[in-house]
Amino acid sequence: MTRLKLNTVQQRLSAGAISRLQALPMAFVFAFFFILPLVLVVIVSFWDYNEYEMIPAFSGRGYTDTFEGCAAQLPELCTILKTYAKTVKLCAVTWALTLLIGFTVAYFLAFHVKSRMWQITLSLLCTIPFLTSNVIRMIAWIPMLGRNGLVNQGLQATGITHAPVEWLLFSEFSVVLALVHLFSFFMIVPIFNSMMRIERALIEAAYDSGATGWQTLRHVIIPLSKPGIVIGSIFVITIVMGDFITVGVMGGQQIASAGKIIEVRLNALQFPAAAANAVILLTVTLMIIAGLQRLVDIRKEL
Amino acid sequence: MRTMMISRRTMLAGTAATATVLAAPAIHAAEPKVLRYLGTAVNEGDDISKKCLADTGIKIEYVTATTDDVTKRVITQPNSFDVLDTEYFSLKKLIPSGKIQALDARKIKEFNNITPVFTKGELPSGKKIGGQGTAPWKVLYLEGAKSTKFSATPTEFVTLIPTVYNADTLGIRPDLIKRPITSWAELLNPEFKGKAAILNIPSIGIMDAAMVVEATGRYKYADKGNMTKPEIDLTMKVMTEAKKAGQFRAFWKDFNESVNLMASGETVIQSMWSPAVTKVRSQGVPCVFQPLKEGYRSWASGFCVSKGATGAKLDWAYEFVNWFLSGWAGAYLNRQGYYSAVLSTAKANMAAYEWAYWMEGKPAAQDIKGPDGGLLEKAGATRDGGSYEDRMGNVACWNAVMDENDYMVRKWNEFIAA
Repeated sequence: MTRLKLNTVQQRLSAGAISRLQALPMAFVFAFFFILPLVLVVIVSFWDYNEYEMIPAFSGRGYTDTFEGCAAQLPELCTILKTYAKTVKLCAVTWALTLLIGFTVAYFLAFHVKSRMWQITLSLLCTIPFLTSNVIRMIAWIPMLGRNGLVNQGLQATGITHAPVEWLLFSEFSVVLALVHLFSFFMIVPIFNSMMRIERALIEAAYDSGATGWQTLRHVIIPLSKPGIVIGSIFVITIVMGDFITVGVMGGQQIASAGKIIEVRLNALQFPAAAANAVILLTVTLMIIAGLQRLVDIRKEL
Repeated sequence: MRTMMISRRTMLAGTAATATVLAAPAIHAAEPKVLRYLGTAVNEGDDISKKCLADTGIKIEYVTATTDDVTKRVITQPNSFDVLDTEYFSLKKLIPSGKIQALDARKIKEFNNITPVFTKGELPSGKKIGGQGTAPWKVLYLEGAKSTKFSATPTEFVTLIPTVYNADTLGIRPDLIKRPITSWAELLNPEFKGKAAILNIPSIGIMDAAMVVEATGRYKYADKGNMTKPEIDLTMKVMTEAKKAGQFRAFWKDFNESVNLMASGETVIQSMWSPAVTKVRSQGVPCVFQPLKEGYRSWASGFCVSKGATGAKLDWAYEFVNWFLSGWAGAYLNRQGYYSAVLSTAKANMAAYEWAYWMEGKPAAQDIKGPDGGLLEKAGATRDGGSYEDRMGNVACWNAVMDENDYMVRKWNEFIAA
């Protein structure tokens, strides 16, 4: 009797409907903890504000203030465009370096390390940068890269330079160094994961057909690692676009970042202006991700 | 009829309250005296809470946040604290928001002994001090118990009971600079290119910048703590030029960052706080809190009480504030290099040689120890900047929130992006 009923239910619901039902709990979580807050941020971004509170009246002030002078100052860039140019630049450099390092490390772990034990151990070693807090890391970089730090002492002792190299710390160099140091891990893991799923027979087949190591890499491994590369890229790009702590600490607070603008606004209790900047940041980041999706259709590849 | 009923009800409530008071001992035993104390880490010492518990039975629960987050929390979560430790300049945001309540001056035992620096803007000797910025006496009183307007003349409704204050200036590394520094203008001297730093809290950073602009003779402000838009533009232009020329090594926000920059020699001249200078010195690195001819930028903090604190909580809050002003805590703060709001009670809790060193600018008759008992200065040393009269008497301006704060914040972002 019950079985009969179930059968009819199944007959009535198409396969698509069942998958949709199964996705429902997760959709709820997303709607409540992601979509709803996001909608609130967008709403607040169109509110007005004074010194100490948000005023729930429609106002585009958060946006117009942000883009103040952008038309008048052309061809010179206004604050917000300058900030985004800097953020996107840091993001691009960090992305390129983490991709190079992440791919190389993942390749080594997946194809050169044979024992599963060692693969796990070495992957865990990659998490070491996360074992210390941001403040500690910042303080630790001073004796390393500072004016009187280890690197400068070494350079001077070996006669390579005669005066301390100043750009090692509190510069774009140190920001990128810290970002790469922190976020290579987010590239390594998904690429490694993709590489582990590559059928080893395919690589052997490539070699058997006379492909060189380079050709195998280009035509077999890289295309098959694409989902990992894209996922890793999304991680790195979204984190770096929104980062203000590492940029602040390593840049001596002298380098602008999109996240920093939001922080300064929040600290001044200008919540709608902060929300407007958050919406702008989200839009820019989504555009970059959309561009990436265009290169690789991740849904098809998975 | 209606009013009568209400008054009858109030009377009933009053009777109930009296009954509660009569039953007080039993209730004391049942309910521990706990106050949630919101503030920055700088003032939240274990020594103070322990001593307070021993003296008054009030248990202080610290809620710690950064300066900006404290203000944010008051506005967004006003019921998450009872007592608030904050600075006078933030009152320009907190009072209009209606999240804190006026205190009754008559319930503060030592109120009339609070230094006239706060109440009149003058030293005990009668010397007037600089009042640019959000000077405490401008925001000390409210027009009424429920008012959100500051009163220019003294009333019994007090916004914030002062506890601690100081005069800030530049910290320098005398061993690396090797010549006398006497003016704020030196912060932008190309001689220190890549070795200077300022504070990255916009409202305070711009005040230090204004001290520099005035010292270089480029402009004289009507009120450095309340600039007009063109004045903000000018100040940020000077700073932007310096930044582009590579004058600054870094901007700091955290106490420890400032200590590290100075101790490692990354910077040789920067805005600094007194205890940070002491900390650099305690690492064996020479560092001076340099008095400058244009004067000091001053700040002051103390206690507000949340609007949500009523009944017994409110009584404990008064008890706590009264305890704080009764001397032990004041002496503790004086030994940290700060100043206490009630000088007479702090003096009674300090040894004569300590008072002479910290407050009178005299050479230490014996070794000077910090509140933790650690050695701060050897016998014979004198305090940077000298006596209380010399330091507080030379205050040029106070930490401030400007009327054009919104514009200033946008300009600060522009400065960082330049």
